Amino acid sequence: MSGFAVIFARDLKLALRQSSDSLTVVGFFAIAAVLFPFGVGPEPGVLARIAGGVLWVTALLSALLSLERIYASDYEDGTLDQLTISGTPLALTALAKAAAHWATTSIPLIVIAPMLAPTLHLPVEGYLPLLAALALGTPTLSLIGGIGAALVLGARRGGVLVSLLILPLYVPVLIFGTAAVEAGLTGLSVQAPLLVLAGLFVLALTLAPWATAVALRQAVQ
Amino acid sequence: MDRFFAMGGYAQYVWPSYALALVAFVGILVVTRSTLKKREAEFERLKRERQDG
Amino acid sequence: MHKYANPTVFMRLANAVLPWAAGACVLLFAVAIPLALYASPADYQQGDTVRIMYIHVPAAILGEMVYGLMAAASATYLIWRHQLAALIARAAAPIGAIFTALCLITGMLWGQPMWGTFWVWDARLTSMLLLLFLYVGYLALGDAFEDQERGEKAAAVLALVGSVNIPIIIFSVEWWNTLHQGSIFKMNGEGMKVTVSPEMLAPLFTMMGAYVAFFVTILVLRMRIEILNAKIRNARITQAAAPMVATQAAQAR
Repeated sequence: MSGFAVIFARDLKLALRQSSDSLTVVGFFAIAAVLFPFGVGPEPGVLARIAGGVLWVTALLSALLSLERIYASDYEDGTLDQLTISGTPLALTALAKAAAHWATTSIPLIVIAPMLAPTLHLPVEGYLPLLAALALGTPTLSLIGGIGAALVLGARRGGVLVSLLILPLYVPVLIFGTAAVEAGLTGLSVQAPLLVLAGLFVLALTLAPWATAVALRQAVQ
Repeated sequence: MDRFFAMGGYAQYVWPSYALALVAFVGILVVTRSTLKKREAEFERLKRERQDG
Repeated sequence: MHKYANPTVFMRLANAVLPWAAGACVLLFAVAIPLALYASPADYQQGDTVRIMYIHVPAAILGEMVYGLMAAASATYLIWRHQLAALIARAAAPIGAIFTALCLITGMLWGQPMWGTFWVWDARLTSMLLLLFLYVGYLALGDAFEDQERGEKAAAVLALVGSVNIPIIIFSVEWWNTLHQGSIFKMNGEGMKVTVSPEMLAPLFTMMGAYVAFFVTILVLRMRIEILNAKIRNARITQAAAPMVATQAAQAR
């Protein structure tokens, strides 16, 4: 377990030292969400109807934006080679790195989402489901994203490529994430979509680190 | 004959579908064959160069 | 079975199959197209639009099956390091992508007269669209590396990740679709459900056979291309390793 803790702490420290990276992601999230009223008009009814979806889609794109940095710098400076031959299983390393990515990008998003929600006229009943869904869904995004980030190491146009690979895989999270918000608004059971999100998280937790490890191993060969 | 081409009034949907399928299939075939020819020629050239050297 | 894992042996077999597949393809299309367009009855509800089904349904089935083949080949490649499996996956992917695209576009052309709109976010259409995106990602990743082998491996991992995700995607899209059924679009009546009469089965099956034969033909041709690519690369590497030879060749040119 110590290997996990060491890598997690290291990535966290690196991210805090370059906190502008995380802030850029938050800034992107805020600006992208605020663009929608300009696109569809300021009518509160329309905005309230799409608020959950807008916040989810922009959160998803923000998470995507920062994926590349999970492995790119470690790949370039050779740290990744060290990590693959160190005693820590590579899947555990992948898990630690995904966890650090989640902590440094998604937690800020979850914090700022309730501040953006009023500008989109999200009804009060939607707040709690939105936060719960984001908390349960964004770890899955980081885990799946880790696979993509590992796959494009050394590729041309890695940043754009990773979105192409990963976005279709994000659709289930998006569907159940927005469904939770909508359920909150319409008085349906919020529990069902949240449970599915939890299920997706568990599935990603068990499978994604292995896939990432395979991808990393062939990247450093 | 006209009735055949009219497709019961749905000509504008049926014929483009078939035309598209035709274009797709012929397209794949032409592209694949020309690529194959190109690669074969390139490989032959490389082989000859090596023999000459 | 291991005998066929050797590319040379396999390609000998594949080259023997090629003329038969190509012949079957021509023959089956020659039978299927008149059957589909002329000799089969129009549907009592959908009229002549049902003829789109004969090119739409085989495209859908092959689009899905080719992805399955790709994923299986990728798994074989990653686990047993059979170079041949990587060849099959790489050669099959673009054909599968085109089948999927064809399925989507003919689906739209069928949807307009039947549903009154080119596109509905129907569960099957949406899943096929996402399948197309998976294909596009796979193809883009395979081509994104200087090192061919690196691209093959990365794409193989992606194909496997995609195949694990496909059931999840289909499940969530279906769930999403039933959730929004009322608010998005009311499908008229049975939607695209066709009560397939025996006269329709003949063109459908011959067309299906023609598609499969076409796929096999192109697959073998594309595998030849992939093998040639590998040979050309090797030749280049040996040339680079012997600069003497390379300079002589350059002078000779």
